[in-house]
Amino acid sequence: MNTSAKAKSGISWAWFHKLGSPKWFYGISGRLVPWLSVAAALLIGIGVVWGLAFAPPDYQQGNSFRIIYIHVPSAMLAQSCYVMLAVCGVVGLVWKMKMADVALQCAAPIGAWMTALALVTGAIWGKPTWGSWWVWDARLTSMLILLFLYFGLIALGNAITNRDSAAKACAVLAIVGVVNIPIIKYSVQWWSTLHQGATFSLTEKPAMPAEMWLPLLFTALGFYCFFGAVLLLRMRLEVLKRESRASWVKEEVLKSLGHVSSQPTSRKGAGQ
Amino acid sequence: MIFESFSDFLAMGKHGLFVWSAYGICLAVLAINIASPLLARRRYLQQEARRLRRESNT
Repeated sequence: MNTSAKAKSGISWAWFHKLGSPKWFYGISGRLVPWLSVAAALLIGIGVVWGLAFAPPDYQQGNSFRIIYIHVPSAMLAQSCYVMLAVCGVVGLVWKMKMADVALQCAAPIGAWMTALALVTGAIWGKPTWGSWWVWDARLTSMLILLFLYFGLIALGNAITNRDSAAKACAVLAIVGVVNIPIIKYSVQWWSTLHQGATFSLTEKPAMPAEMWLPLLFTALGFYCFFGAVLLLRMRLEVLKRESRASWVKEEVLKSLGHVSSQPTSRKGAGQ
Repeated sequence: MIFESFSDFLAMGKHGLFVWSAYGICLAVLAINIASPLLARRRYLQQEARRLRRESNT
């Protein structure tokens, strides 16, 4: 009975161990990327066109509120991405899974871009709405700290040459920094602020009419699909680099070279 | 469409410059994030191709 229980738990955790296998990851991610890319393009395309041209203007802010359809998704993604980094950090430290560090290192630059995008679109929205590009408000300041946390992670990952030490240091920084996420989330409630409260919550219906928040749902989901696709693209390259001695990687590189190296060889052929 | 004409759509009330610059920056950021892993992969494979050719010559 004991052994059967062990076998059972072995089966249910098989996916987790597979996830740690670079070869398995490379195969499955190659199949996922096209679907995620198509979903991202469709969702963002529909959401943006709907939001820009068909959603009614806000009764106070007029048309400047349309920035919401890119500002909120990028800010949501910036925070979700950081939570993902912290989870990867825990998985990497506890189970010593190599793929967790690959995911952490590859997601950090995307998260930094999304945070920067949220800050910039927020500033552009702030100018016509609040009359100022930037205020030292709790929400804005905690988002700026998030951007610096991302920069810190990227710098730390590049500064330490030993891969294992870098992975550990980044994992610890990611886990410690996650404290900032609830601060960002509740900053609009804890401190008096110019920034408006959350548009979406899981428990209540949005206060906006459906034709205003539905496009936002589309672009938000689209941004998550986009994140998945570009993260997998980055991770696939990182796996090829890190596992370059494995025979399956050599085969994969040779197979991919069939397309890429055709240009240099043809040039060589022309020279002869 | 909520706007009466295409020029209305471009003007976005008085906020055209703000809205379009925000969307332009967003498009640029998304494009950079798509291009950078694709270009990096291309670069890496070309580098590997050179390495393989060097090794096969010697």
